[in-house]
Amino acid sequence: MSEEIKNQRIVPIGPYHPLQEEPEFFKLIVEGEKVVDLEIHLGYNHRGHEFISPELTYEQIPFLVERICGICSNSHPLACVLAIEDCVGIKLPARANYIRSIIHELERIHSHLLWVGLAGHFIGYNTVWMWAWRYREHILEVFEMITGNRNHYAANKPGGVRWDVKPEQVPMIEAALDLVEKKTMMLTKAVLDDPVIRARLEGVGILTREQAIAWSVVGPTARASGVDIDVRRDDPHCAYDQVPWNVIVLPEGDVFAKAKVRLLEIFESIKIIRGCLKDLSDGPIEISIDEVPPGEGIGRTEAPRGEVFHYIRSDGTNRPLRHKIRAPSYMNIASNVVAVRGGSIADAALTLAAVDPCYCCTERMAAFEDGKLKFSGKELLRLSWERTERLRERFKR
Amino acid sequence: MNESLKLLIERFPQAGVFEKNPRRLYIKIPRAELTAVAKFLHNERGMRLSICTGIDTREGFEILYHFSEDKTGIIYTIKVLVPKDDPQVDSLGPWFPAAQWIEREMHELLGVNFTGHPNLMPLLTSDTDWEPERKPLRRDYEQRSDIHERGN
Repeated sequence: MSEEIKNQRIVPIGPYHPLQEEPEFFKLIVEGEKVVDLEIHLGYNHRGHEFISPELTYEQIPFLVERICGICSNSHPLACVLAIEDCVGIKLPARANYIRSIIHELERIHSHLLWVGLAGHFIGYNTVWMWAWRYREHILEVFEMITGNRNHYAANKPGGVRWDVKPEQVPMIEAALDLVEKKTMMLTKAVLDDPVIRARLEGVGILTREQAIAWSVVGPTARASGVDIDVRRDDPHCAYDQVPWNVIVLPEGDVFAKAKVRLLEIFESIKIIRGCLKDLSDGPIEISIDEVPPGEGIGRTEAPRGEVFHYIRSDGTNRPLRHKIRAPSYMNIASNVVAVRGGSIADAALTLAAVDPCYCCTERMAAFEDGKLKFSGKELLRLSWERTERLRERFKR
Repeated sequence: MNESLKLLIERFPQAGVFEKNPRRLYIKIPRAELTAVAKFLHNERGMRLSICTGIDTREGFEILYHFSEDKTGIIYTIKVLVPKDDPQVDSLGPWFPAAQWIEREMHELLGVNFTGHPNLMPLLTSDTDWEPERKPLRRDYEQRSDIHERGN
């Protein structure tokens, strides 16, 4: 055994990730505190959606794909119905497009706030966590008002939307947006100005622009590495080409840039919703689709984590022949292999969480070295928090 | 006609283009030209690999490579037909890491062999209680009611 390999140890994180609470298995290969390599194992919760989907009708499939993710539960049905509509080749009434954009952007706000809160929790800023999740609550209340559900809104159907935004609801949505904007502004300033958070997150888990392109990462992960892509602007759908907004791109590629992109995107989402509410015209919210002709269709949209991609092959019946689903985390998690290399274990937990993979399942973890339990979820949190404490002392706070 | 498509047809005259609508292009190419076309699209035209789809059809396995050109918002879907009695195609994995996971997935779920892939291990199915010769996305796949599907 060579000297180099002898010094290497394996730190398993998973099969249930202790911080992200998600069934995936990261095998960190470390030398002392330094991470030299990473192996990723997936499939602990493989549910076979692509296998089930061809057994369902086009009306049923949005309900199935809505349950792929519990946080971004609007993006999969939206991409799916866009694929069906692309296959049929129809244009939607304007009001349906605007309502789709409103629901989709509300979802982005609550998803980004959720991530900011968790990131704060990981580095030992529990105040950030409680703030962010408190303001997220207002968005969930808006969802409950419009769709009847705090999550799994069932808003999209092939040919339109299921829920209308009533005129008396508009002032209530605007009031919630004003509140969330004010509070998020405060939160953003507090986070971005804090020297300890800067020192803790800057330069950690850097994904360079070249790496981001080679791994084809999407969403805020790509935009924080200086890759200027956003499906909402590049491939216009819904009402995104009707209202003014900006794409946030930062060149640094570290965890701080990813946090900053997400925080600033919240304000762009609020801008889009305000524009949509202002331009919302009267009219039908759906048109009927009689049949889906044989052929293929691609639908994609920008979920909070990046591009969601759905491909549908139809053979002329009321069920698809093939339905391919690609969630954004599929591309983003793979890029962790290059992002964690060279960092420490305390940083690894943060870097792995920075791409914002979807959260599900219960918190469970076991990590062993020589048969002894070594890193529990609490232990990883403690490592990360200790590092923040050391930085705090350095900044005398 | 947009620039990338014009250059593609110039370079690869055998490509059969079908324009579903201006932002969705489907391009059929021979199996042997896959690596050259993919290198042209990614390295020279700066396209991003969105994902690949493998379909079991009557003629053979269709492998679809969905490339996204983000400057124009066009999706170029490259179609390769792989015969069922020789399910082989060149891997993009060695020079394009974004393709590695999806090629592993297609290999385990559809049974297409990607020659030259650096690590063609199963990605999603269990490594202890799944028989590797069972391919769920093939048409002749039959669901069994034993432990594999029930999970108990």
